[in-house]
Amino acid sequence: MRTPLTLRILHSTPRAGWIALAVFAALTWIAVPVAHAVLPEAHPLHLSAYTVSLLGKILCYMVVAVAMDLIWGYAGILSLGHGLFFALGGYAFGMYLMRQIGRDGSYQSDLPDFMVFLDWKELPWYWAGSDSFLGTLLLVVAVPGLVAFVFGWFAFRSRIKGVYFSIITQALTYAAMLLFFRNETGFGGNNGFTDFKRILGYSITSPEMRATLFALSAALLMACLVLGRYLVTSRFGRVLAAIRDAESRVMFIGYNPLHYKLFMWTLSAVLCGLAGALYVPQVGIINPSEMSPANSIEIAVWVAVGGRGTLVGAVLGAGIVNLAKSWFTMSFPEYWPFFLGFLFIAVTLYLPDGVVGLWRRLRARTAPATPTVPAPQQSKPQAEARREMQPAAVPIESNRLPAAKGAEA
Amino acid sequence: MLRSGFTRLLCGLALLGMLAAPARAALDEAKVAGLAGDFQSRLDTIEALGVAGGDDARRVLDALEGGRLGLAAGVLVIVAGDSVVSAATGEKLDLAPAAAETFTVNNRVRRALGTARAALALAASDRDVRLSAARTLADNTTESLLPMFERALAKESDDEIRSVLARAAARVNLASADAAKRLKAAEALGESSDPAVKNLLAALLEKKDGEWVEPSSEVRAAADMAIHTIDRRIATAEAVGTLFSGLSLGSILLLAALGLAITYGVMGVINMAHGELLMVGAYATFLVQGLFRSYLPAYVDWYVAAAIPAAFLAAALVGVAMERLVLRHLYGRPLESLLATWGLSLVLIQAARVVFGPQNVELANPVWMSGGIALAAGVVLPWNRIVIVGFAVFVLLLIWLMMQRTRLGMFVRAVTQNRAMAGCVGVPTARVDTLAFAIGSGVAGLGGLALSQIANVGPAMGTGYIVDAFMVVVLGGVGQLAGAVWAALGLGIVGKFLEGWAGAVIAKILVLVFVIVFIQKRPQGIFALKGRFADM
Repeated sequence: MRTPLTLRILHSTPRAGWIALAVFAALTWIAVPVAHAVLPEAHPLHLSAYTVSLLGKILCYMVVAVAMDLIWGYAGILSLGHGLFFALGGYAFGMYLMRQIGRDGSYQSDLPDFMVFLDWKELPWYWAGSDSFLGTLLLVVAVPGLVAFVFGWFAFRSRIKGVYFSIITQALTYAAMLLFFRNETGFGGNNGFTDFKRILGYSITSPEMRATLFALSAALLMACLVLGRYLVTSRFGRVLAAIRDAESRVMFIGYNPLHYKLFMWTLSAVLCGLAGALYVPQVGIINPSEMSPANSIEIAVWVAVGGRGTLVGAVLGAGIVNLAKSWFTMSFPEYWPFFLGFLFIAVTLYLPDGVVGLWRRLRARTAPATPTVPAPQQSKPQAEARREMQPAAVPIESNRLPAAKGAEA
Repeated sequence: MLRSGFTRLLCGLALLGMLAAPARAALDEAKVAGLAGDFQSRLDTIEALGVAGGDDARRVLDALEGGRLGLAAGVLVIVAGDSVVSAATGEKLDLAPAAAETFTVNNRVRRALGTARAALALAASDRDVRLSAARTLADNTTESLLPMFERALAKESDDEIRSVLARAAARVNLASADAAKRLKAAEALGESSDPAVKNLLAALLEKKDGEWVEPSSEVRAAADMAIHTIDRRIATAEAVGTLFSGLSLGSILLLAALGLAITYGVMGVINMAHGELLMVGAYATFLVQGLFRSYLPAYVDWYVAAAIPAAFLAAALVGVAMERLVLRHLYGRPLESLLATWGLSLVLIQAARVVFGPQNVELANPVWMSGGIALAAGVVLPWNRIVIVGFAVFVLLLIWLMMQRTRLGMFVRAVTQNRAMAGCVGVPTARVDTLAFAIGSGVAGLGGLALSQIANVGPAMGTGYIVDAFMVVVLGGVGQLAGAVWAALGLGIVGKFLEGWAGAVIAKILVLVFVIVFIQKRPQGIFALKGRFADM
């Protein structure tokens, strides 16, 4: 008999991980909401609205990073189009937010302001259902999921992979950005959606709403981590890692990589969509520049900085890079592109396993007696364990070069 | 042909005669006499002078416009400072300036003067002056100007001016009371390819108050025919124009993709900073232009030629630095290389922004590259694009020679096909990588040079091209020059036709969708290297 699912999920994360999650939950569900919404503004521990939405934004980015890590770190598929799914989720929720404005817009019309401005008389058909909250939640999941499923099905079926796949995903998000920039597409063109007023009738700027959105983002992040952990330690995750390291061999054994990749790809897109839906009300705007290729590729660098193939690494990376970005863009805006650029280069050259890999190397050096791979992690796929032991060189992948190139050529 | 040559010869002789004769006696007394007459005869005389042309006519008209023409002792005179000269002959007369009663110039006279001046300007040597004069005249024609149009037509060799003149002449004839003349004019207009002429003819086929504007059914039939011919000609010209802009877009894509095809073929690495190498080439061109402006202003038109080696070298050097410092250490990790080169592109863009400023820099087209060949009204093939198509062919030829006829080219092809085997038989793969990267980057620099002649040069100019260039490589097949050529031209031309049909954004999206669908069918591009490989 198989172990019940709950037990399997429970076992997939080590005890230290559950404790860390509990601390994180206490911080984000109790401490931050209290510090923002209950404590008076003069109190030294009070968190300003700016801080809370900045942290909430970073939590959403962390979810995206985890989604990216699931597909890149564990399935070896580098997507340069994850910003598209994030933005699609954001737009889906943004439609609901636009409808919630009601007649409070500048033109006092039932239609969103930009439609009045374009002289449209009624909502386009694809706005149907955008006034219902549940319908919107469905859209938030369904739209990125469906786009990813269709695209992934075509791409994986013809075994597009490696840099081919990366560039095509980039082209996809670029094309979508162009499409959304058009006014006729019906999503507000250049300006996108903004000036949101309320969710479910509650004001979007009230401290309570902010705290709620923040707590929800944290909950989503934790759910992602638990789910991701469960997936990558499961049998499914092992097959996926095997596909990552030697796809043809897995095929010869009798697995069809299409199903595995497609599932992970679609799941990753849905997670991005959910993150986007939580991001939009906290930031207060969504526009097509979210789909720019630069944004998507930045997601990859968060994961690379933290350490791909480790879920904690993705979270750390998103946090580090985005905090650095906030600081840089405030203090030395002209140096941010230099920093980001050199970060891309330095991480790929010197930190192939990111901050987490660095931490492991340091620990291995200070305490050579303890095993490199901690006990609870021994359940990890063998290939990944090997990767962790030799952070600088990825043995299987580097062996693949001549053969893989031949197949591509 | 023979006849027109003959006419030209005659005209030339006539001109010579005019030059040879003493300029003073050129005007007949009777010709200018009308200026002294009543208002209408004055207007007629002004027009006649314009039609007649010549320096003396200009002198008289100038004087009239300046309020210096007048009557003194019954003779038309021009007051020139302290002296008085005869209007007709220009001879000095023994009269005091105060004795002359100058004519006042009102608006109608001024308008007539404008027409006459334009008529005079038709004989100017500067093409632009003639063209603008012809345009002015074509807008308000009268029957009396007809002989002048015909004469100017006989002399004119510029096609654009000829078409304007012919249209003006035909417009006069179409208004003629003589049905035979109208018929001839309608038939003659069929030779045109100008939408304005089409409107002119279409006006004949309308009904006003139940009556045809044009009473003769024969003329109407001829006009109808002419409209059809014009329509066909315009459609052909537009198709050729679109084809050409597709070709020129294709050659830009080719220049951007050639380098990428080489580097990707050899190393399996997508250089995301490839677009920035275009930018480096464009800025190198800008610097060369600056050098020419400061030190060799006389040869500034040839800075583009001097920029060819400069752009190649600048981009090649940046490329070699990238390969040596970064990519070399990432062999076998294509996805990481992708990210690292993206980082490089960010650094290069920001560096350009810091060094050259965030605004676009200004690059002037050399004189020999401006203008173009007019196919029809509104359809012009600009010289700079023609030059770029030729340049792309030239670069392609060089690369082809390099790849097929040199030892380095052979090595590059060997490494592209099978790196391990090439290494085994003694190809210095590491050095080939560096050289291939240098050449690929240099070609991108040349692409930037070409781009600088038709597009804005700014720090972010290259970002849009990496995806397009990669599409070309994917479509054409890796490491295949022929594939890259077909793919670049195909994408360029299909893209431009779609653009005319559905707008730029939709066209771009359709092309992307097409490439994605195409890869379903042929994952290895149009031209695939043959071989038996499996990735184990």
